[in-house]
Amino acid sequence: MAEIICITCPKGCHLTVDEKTLEVRGNSCPRGEEYGRNELTHPVRMITSTVKLEGGRFRRLPVKTSQSVPKEKMFEVVRSLDGIVVHSPVHVGDIIVKDVCGTGADIIATRDL
Amino acid sequence: MTKIYDVIIIGGGPAGLAAAEAAYNNGAKDVLILERDQTLGGILNQCIHNGFGLHYFKEELSGPEYAGRFIELVNKTNVEVQTDTMVLDITPEREIHAVNGQKGYQILKSRSIVLCMGCRERTRGAISIPGTRPAGVFTAGAAQRYVNIEGYQVGKRVVILGSGDIGLIMARRMTLEGAKVLACVEVMPYSGGLTRNIVQCLHDFNIPLYLSHTVTKIEGEGRVERVTVQEVDANRNPIPGTEMIFDCDTLLLSVGLIPENELTRAAGIQIDRRTNGPVVYENMETSMPGVFAAGNVVHVHDLVDYVTAEAQKAGAAAAKYAIAGEPEPSRHITVKNGNAVTYTVPSCIRMENIDKSAEILFRVNRVCGASVIQVMSGETRIAGFKRERLAPGEMEKIILPRVLLDKAGEEITIAIEEA
Amino acid sequence: MYDVAVIGCGIIGANVANLLSRCDLRLVVLEKENDVSMGTTRANSAIIHAGYDPEPGTDMARLNVRGNELTRKQCEAYHVSYKQIGSLVLAFDEADEKTVEKLYANGCANGVPGLKILSREEVLKMEPNLSPEVRTALYAPSAGIVAPWELCFALAEAAVKNGCEMRFNSPVEKIEVIEGGYRLTTPTGSVDAKVVVNAAGVEADQVTGLVAAPSFTTQPNKGEYYLLDKSQGETVHHVIFQCPNKDGKGVLVSPTVHGNLIVGPNASPCERGDTATTPEGMAFVRKMAVKSVPGVSFRDNIRNFAGVRANSTASDFVIEETKPGFITLGAIKSPGLSSAPAIAEDALKLIGRTLVLKEKPEYVDSREVTVFRHLTPEQKAEAVRKNPLYGRVICRCETVTEGEIVDALHGVLPPHTIDGVKRRCNAGMGRCQGGFCGPRVHEIIARELGMDPKDVLKDKAGSVIIIGETKGGTL
Repeated sequence: MAEIICITCPKGCHLTVDEKTLEVRGNSCPRGEEYGRNELTHPVRMITSTVKLEGGRFRRLPVKTSQSVPKEKMFEVVRSLDGIVVHSPVHVGDIIVKDVCGTGADIIATRDL
Repeated sequence: MTKIYDVIIIGGGPAGLAAAEAAYNNGAKDVLILERDQTLGGILNQCIHNGFGLHYFKEELSGPEYAGRFIELVNKTNVEVQTDTMVLDITPEREIHAVNGQKGYQILKSRSIVLCMGCRERTRGAISIPGTRPAGVFTAGAAQRYVNIEGYQVGKRVVILGSGDIGLIMARRMTLEGAKVLACVEVMPYSGGLTRNIVQCLHDFNIPLYLSHTVTKIEGEGRVERVTVQEVDANRNPIPGTEMIFDCDTLLLSVGLIPENELTRAAGIQIDRRTNGPVVYENMETSMPGVFAAGNVVHVHDLVDYVTAEAQKAGAAAAKYAIAGEPEPSRHITVKNGNAVTYTVPSCIRMENIDKSAEILFRVNRVCGASVIQVMSGETRIAGFKRERLAPGEMEKIILPRVLLDKAGEEITIAIEEA
Repeated sequence: MYDVAVIGCGIIGANVANLLSRCDLRLVVLEKENDVSMGTTRANSAIIHAGYDPEPGTDMARLNVRGNELTRKQCEAYHVSYKQIGSLVLAFDEADEKTVEKLYANGCANGVPGLKILSREEVLKMEPNLSPEVRTALYAPSAGIVAPWELCFALAEAAVKNGCEMRFNSPVEKIEVIEGGYRLTTPTGSVDAKVVVNAAGVEADQVTGLVAAPSFTTQPNKGEYYLLDKSQGETVHHVIFQCPNKDGKGVLVSPTVHGNLIVGPNASPCERGDTATTPEGMAFVRKMAVKSVPGVSFRDNIRNFAGVRANSTASDFVIEETKPGFITLGAIKSPGLSSAPAIAEDALKLIGRTLVLKEKPEYVDSREVTVFRHLTPEQKAEAVRKNPLYGRVICRCETVTEGEIVDALHGVLPPHTIDGVKRRCNAGMGRCQGGFCGPRVHEIIARELGMDPKDVLKDKAGSVIIIGETKGGTL
């Protein structure tokens, strides 16, 4: 049995996951069940960061991955943003990088700037 | 004739935006937001991480996205906005003195006011860390602004004091930006932040968390060179012989937030020493009639979703006041904090403003296991709410139906009874 | 060759340079740090003492009483924050009462105006928050509070306007006697001057030691302080002293000119330049302060700091012509700040032995400065109309505008650091300690002075704030 704290929401449920059957207990929602199973098979994380912005009010644009990416690719994804420059205006949801590091996730803007 | 606004909102962060939108949608015609920064959204703009909005929008947003949703809502209304505008004074006559570069010095009049100034971070001074005073000691929020908004690196080897959420978030943020976070140090025996942040910001990156420890010395002349960390006893006094030395160039402080109530105090509005925010009634009205308050200026919230809900309540009440004035007073019920409860918001319920139910928000002063939140009126228990676990890092909310309040006397007490 | 080189630009050096700059002389000030007011002047109790402490007949006694009066006039002329709030020395037992009587007699002999010994009832009526244990108190109405770094800066700035050169990052490492004067070697180049004035504060004995055997040795002594939030500024309304002891004037509690409450100092021997606060020192300050004012709310602390005083083997100030044309102003411990303008007058007399001091027909001896928070609403409106930058508040705790910061950055003695802006404009001095305004002040300094943001320091050399850019950016 693996003991895991769910990070899906601020509640932070204490989950127990059976390594063999991948049965999840202690979750209070379906997202918790999915999280518990993922943590044992292929843990994933959302990534938020910034990219360089030119011509805007500020020098950085906040961005995030459009969906969770494999946990072990976190550093690679963030490093791949080095040197990327976007130009104002940018809108929330604009795709900055498609299929970042082959993860299937896009890097998208999270602020109008 | 000077224009008289229905509602003026001081602060355009999450509380101010929600208050403005609610005031407008509850019939206030002339609504004005005064924001001291260059843009709306407040501190959410630098909170680029995700985790906001799960309650309110039922989806996980980043700080700028959450703020963006409300900015859009406000932009759809006729609410006026003045950014880069500092309120210098609120007079007892409810005049607002404000200044900005374009409009100059303004004296604004309003039927009602909502205070949404937010909070600020406790500093090194507040906890009196001994040692030198070099560069490299940042509050977590100041570092967050440098990194996320300005795009600067503030350090390579980092120790974080305090396990508040901003500190935890910055541990991850700086790690991903290439810094080495050596330790997160918490003086209390439990973490001040959300459990999920301990997991995804510390555990994910193998950053050790030292509970019941504190920083007892800062060294370095120009820039921080090292800090000493020591274990503390039950009275939070450092234990000799437990010193650990960390060679680092940066110390981030995430040691608590204080509601920012300089204007409130200067206006003569009553302050609650327990929250450092104004004393508020059930509809978020302060001791000054027609002046309301919401969000972190009242008490520090754990989730922005709750700030939004509280600000909507205040905005609606401010609109109602502007249109109809104060209702005829009826019975008042004082709300007191009992065993293990730090404070309550509100601290008084005026029954004339209660329709179906009243909400009471509070925090506990220690970690409690399975417990019952008892609502007592004298010796009589009028309600009880079961909880699996209660922690100081998390805000609690109970809803008391009017029928129960009708049974209560002049005073009710919220207390924790551990199973 | 310069006529005079002044070593050090704390309050003593600034006063000397200020007076000399009114004369027809070629002047230079050599400061080892990157700004003025970087030593004892920036970290002390900020009190202008009345002058009852020093023994009658000493230089200290004479210069303190004269300096008290001169400082008040300077602050008026230069628009420097100063309040004459008076001081009280509290007696808690019989021995203290004797001390109070002795101080009263001292003060009368020294010519301190208005001294009075107050009864318990009188003092508690004046200061209801004092300990009820108080028995009597010495009241000195001429004592005041000041912003020492602001005064130092104002005096130095006027000197520069009058033609004095200012060289920073220039510690004097070597002094040679040359024909007609001295050659001073610093890392930024050497300087020849007919007369040298050593106002090097804690290092004064070492600087004199470069040219002659000094008559005294500095025994650096650290004092640690608490600075409490403005909400506590009304706890007392006078400077509250305890009876002095062998280590100094004891722990005081006083309002500051900015409306905070200052509490301290302790007194402990230290190394030169050691301004680290210590758990022991801070505990001592807390313990002693509550003896005078039991309700001091240390929970409202916003900053701790420590300063180093130039205590020494000499019992009095050392004001001497050590060698012909080499003047030492050393051992300037408390009441050095209070005595500073009078010490400068004495120094000028010594300089007058070598040089003819002739006043110029015109010179600057005042200062015009816009302090937004001190204006009336009408004046504020007018200020913003003239310059919209006065309408943008950068430091929200102290209400400091971008206009004031830009004024300072384009003055004749501009700051290059965040703390330099803080000392000139007050930005970052408040309860959030620069948490909000620090990054914005940083940006304004870089913009106005055309500096690379990573070169903008917090304070002294090496106090780097940002180490690079994120996202592979290059600064």
